[in-house]
Amino acid sequence: MTAWDIAATIVDPEIPVLTIEDLGVLREVVEDGDRVRVDLTPTYSGCPAIDAMRDDVRSALEGAGYREVEVRTVLAPAWTTDWMTEDGKRKLHDYGITPPNARAADGRVALRMAVKCPRCDSLDTREVARFGSTSCKALYECASCLEPFDFFKVL
Amino acid sequence: MNEDPHGEVAVDEVELSEELAGAGTSVASDDVAEYALRLGDDALILAQQLGWWISRAPELEEDVALGNIGLDLLGHARSLLHYAGTASGRTEDDLAYWRDEREFRCAWLFEQPNGDFAHTIARQLLTSIYLDALYSRLVHSTDPTLAAIAAKAVKEVAYHVDHAEQWMLRLAHGTDESRRRITVALADVWPYLDELFRDDALTERLGDAVVAPSALRAPVTDAVAAILAACDLQAPAVPFAAGGGREGRHSSYLGYHLAELQVLARQHPGASW
Repeated sequence: MTAWDIAATIVDPEIPVLTIEDLGVLREVVEDGDRVRVDLTPTYSGCPAIDAMRDDVRSALEGAGYREVEVRTVLAPAWTTDWMTEDGKRKLHDYGITPPNARAADGRVALRMAVKCPRCDSLDTREVARFGSTSCKALYECASCLEPFDFFKVL
Repeated sequence: MNEDPHGEVAVDEVELSEELAGAGTSVASDDVAEYALRLGDDALILAQQLGWWISRAPELEEDVALGNIGLDLLGHARSLLHYAGTASGRTEDDLAYWRDEREFRCAWLFEQPNGDFAHTIARQLLTSIYLDALYSRLVHSTDPTLAAIAAKAVKEVAYHVDHAEQWMLRLAHGTDESRRRITVALADVWPYLDELFRDDALTERLGDAVVAPSALRAPVTDAVAAILAACDLQAPAVPFAAGGGREGRHSSYLGYHLAELQVLARQHPGASW
């Protein structure tokens, strides 16, 4: 396993089906013998999950025998949901969270895509609250199966 | 970069010095630091105030929304204060907890109290539109760290503008009472808008590293006017307040916010949890 493979096993503590690779939070891994540097980028500015991810990456790499592990958190370029992998989107859907359904755009987009219910695939859904249980999610409900669900907002 | 050999991560300075690596120049000049302090203090004081609403908003979803918006702002404050501190060897915590009122550089609008929900929304309207206009231009700063912080913040602030706009519409077109309250609230926060657009020697010296406050007057007033038109509300005809926050002269409210924000750190120095 490369250092990237090891770092890529770390999951988001808030959404444990997603690895930091799926999320696009894992940006770069540079190996040099038993030294390794990992660059992570936070999702939202205030997201506390980045601290846990950083600790977990460090422990995993130290556990794999790397003697010097440097985990940097880089701000630029700013994270976007466009970096989420297709595999990550599928896992989110299976977990009951609707993945981002459009590409991030500069400026405001007046016309939004319908948000599909992850349980019954109905497009007849409505936004209950634009801010949800974590910074990255909005709360929706489905008018077909009546279930509430989270939507991972486009950023 | 100094790695902590014990693997402890409780020290914020260590975390954020890592966070800003890769965002370009990591040590701010004195002038850039002073500018970052202004923006960081605006974000910190507003974040502190929005947190109060958790458990007190009109509905549960709104507790969550205002809490999330506050969390975004706290993230911006941490990045900005960390960067400001690099010029003087102080950490973001030193700056947040150990400065006194006169050393803060927030503008008066950000200090204005939560009031009732309408006052919080009126303040959110003005602050969000201002921050959106500011950060969307600061991404072009010649200072790479300011540009990186702005590029991240602007995407989050776009959601805050949406939130404020939706509530403005709902309160203005809701009941007679909600319309009365939002009208009063708008007139109460309006005097503090002008301070945000005043250039001074610092912003003139910094040139293209920052956004000239006066350059924000037209885009902010136009964006606010468009929302007020949709609300069928008039811009209040009230005189502007003196301001002076950028020089450390504050409204009477800041001291109370700081008392609440700083008391724990000052009574139990070095406390962590």
